[in-house]
Amino acid sequence: MRVLLTIEHDVDGVLDSSLRAATLARELSGSEGEVVGCLFARGPVAEPVAEPVAAALGEQGISRCFTVELPYAPVAWARSLAAIGAELGADAVVAAATDRGNEVMAHLGAITGYPMAANCFACEEGETAATGVMSLLVTRQRWAGSLVESANLAADRLLLTVATDAVQPVPSDLGRPAELVVFDPPLEEGDADIVAIESQEESGGVSLASARVVVSGGRGVGSPEGFAVLEELASLLGGAVGVSRAVTSLGWRPHSEQVGQTGTRVTPDLYMACGISGAIQHLAGCQSAKTMIAINTDGDAPIMTRADYAVIGDVGEVLPALVEAIKARS
Amino acid sequence: MEVIVCVKRVPMVGGRIVLTPDGQRIDTKLLGFTVSPHEECAVEEAVRLVEANGGAVTVLTLGPPEAEEQLRDAVALGASKCVLLETGEREFGPIATAEAIVAAVRERGGYDLLLFGNEAADTGDFQVGIRVAHMLGLPVATGIKSLEVDPGSRRAKARRQYRGAEELFELPLPAVVTVKEGINLPRYPSLPGRIRAKKAAVETSTPVWRDDGLSKRELSLPEVERRHAEVLGQGKEAVPALVSVLESIGLLT
Repeated sequence: MRVLLTIEHDVDGVLDSSLRAATLARELSGSEGEVVGCLFARGPVAEPVAEPVAAALGEQGISRCFTVELPYAPVAWARSLAAIGAELGADAVVAAATDRGNEVMAHLGAITGYPMAANCFACEEGETAATGVMSLLVTRQRWAGSLVESANLAADRLLLTVATDAVQPVPSDLGRPAELVVFDPPLEEGDADIVAIESQEESGGVSLASARVVVSGGRGVGSPEGFAVLEELASLLGGAVGVSRAVTSLGWRPHSEQVGQTGTRVTPDLYMACGISGAIQHLAGCQSAKTMIAINTDGDAPIMTRADYAVIGDVGEVLPALVEAIKARS
Repeated sequence: MEVIVCVKRVPMVGGRIVLTPDGQRIDTKLLGFTVSPHEECAVEEAVRLVEANGGAVTVLTLGPPEAEEQLRDAVALGASKCVLLETGEREFGPIATAEAIVAAVRERGGYDLLLFGNEAADTGDFQVGIRVAHMLGLPVATGIKSLEVDPGSRRAKARRQYRGAEELFELPLPAVVTVKEGINLPRYPSLPGRIRAKKAAVETSTPVWRDDGLSKRELSLPEVERRHAEVLGQGKEAVPALVSVLESIGLLT
């Protein structure tokens, strides 16, 4: 199968979510198939970005990648993917299930009229119908991963996005960088009318989505002031502060810090759940943390069934003592 | 300003999901129903827009007859008209859902803005709003956390977060906007609102189900590694053990 994969990148190179998507795309393509990349950039893809990106794609088994020079205009991106997909005769188009990935693939689905399956993490080729329509058995997340759906996706071109926290990236090194090929998309009038303006690069601080450590607080933190010690601990560990939905609903902290189904989904090495009971909507946002520590007065809270370590106690007592102990070490 | 806001009835799941024995749906015997938090915010945003600019909010849903409850909940918050696209047992896929919404919206006409939640809580398809926009030939912005509408120039400014930075989209009306929780803090229903909700008329139609290429086979619970947390201690006595854990995972050297 020939698979077209949308690659997202930033100044540090290819995004982790795209690497994970590449792993599923390779599985989908099969041993006889091919994964071809497509990368969008505001300007020409040149040094210093081109070399590390081409190298990272080569390590994912991608031998060629189209580059399209466009600002973030979702319809124009989708139109480009439609054109490249048609030129390649691609059997499938895949993207990571990021905000942009889901958005662009939905536009592609709307433009082409094909169905699109979001947040998949496994797939298996089904039987091609007598009409020649391909069929794919996909396993996808519902309820942000609290529920799994096995679904049938049937179309002449299969469109799917790959869950950002459920596929482990597995490299498959070609031993050479991908060849980057400039593609000039045949846009239609109005395709670039809706375009991100004032879009800035991520600046300063550790972003929640990519933080290696997340110190998260729930209602058990007790008050808006109670978050000072979480901020201090996060900064000592080089991490970011997260919160539960209860906390944003109370107006204690901004929604941009919310972890969970309707907030940010995080994939840190360490997740510290402080005064968070662990509703499934919250766990959906932090279930792929490598290590989870829960601090809670209730030893029977649902969070205890997901945490690796627990401290039974009040956040306001434990965290200041922990911060002091860490400071005393240096 | 005429705003149509689309919502979806979903079960109120809390601690643990239980499936029906056939694996086709969530067992809702013991559950209440609601709409996604994104959609609660879409209703609130719609109501604020007509409070500021005049006009009316129509709330529309595709779902079982019981979804009337979610329409009435929206009326209690300030919507004034209800449209139910009544479905039977079969789950509508994203394309079929968008087609049914488009047919209903076309029939009504005269709207300035169509609001959706960014994604439904249950299926998480991330596409119905976008598909509706394409079918109607309208501009669309998704995942919006701040919306300003200027009825004079008939333009909207829609802002969202992208990887920690802000993105702004400008759209001419009529437009489709999908919103995310955080755009506002939804109000609670008022007593007059609840009374209005009881009396509200619901316009009902029954779209025909069709296979749209994405079809559910079965649901299952994820294989979650159920851990039994190792208790490091009580209160601040646990701090030395906590420090050791942080050391063991390489966060403290």
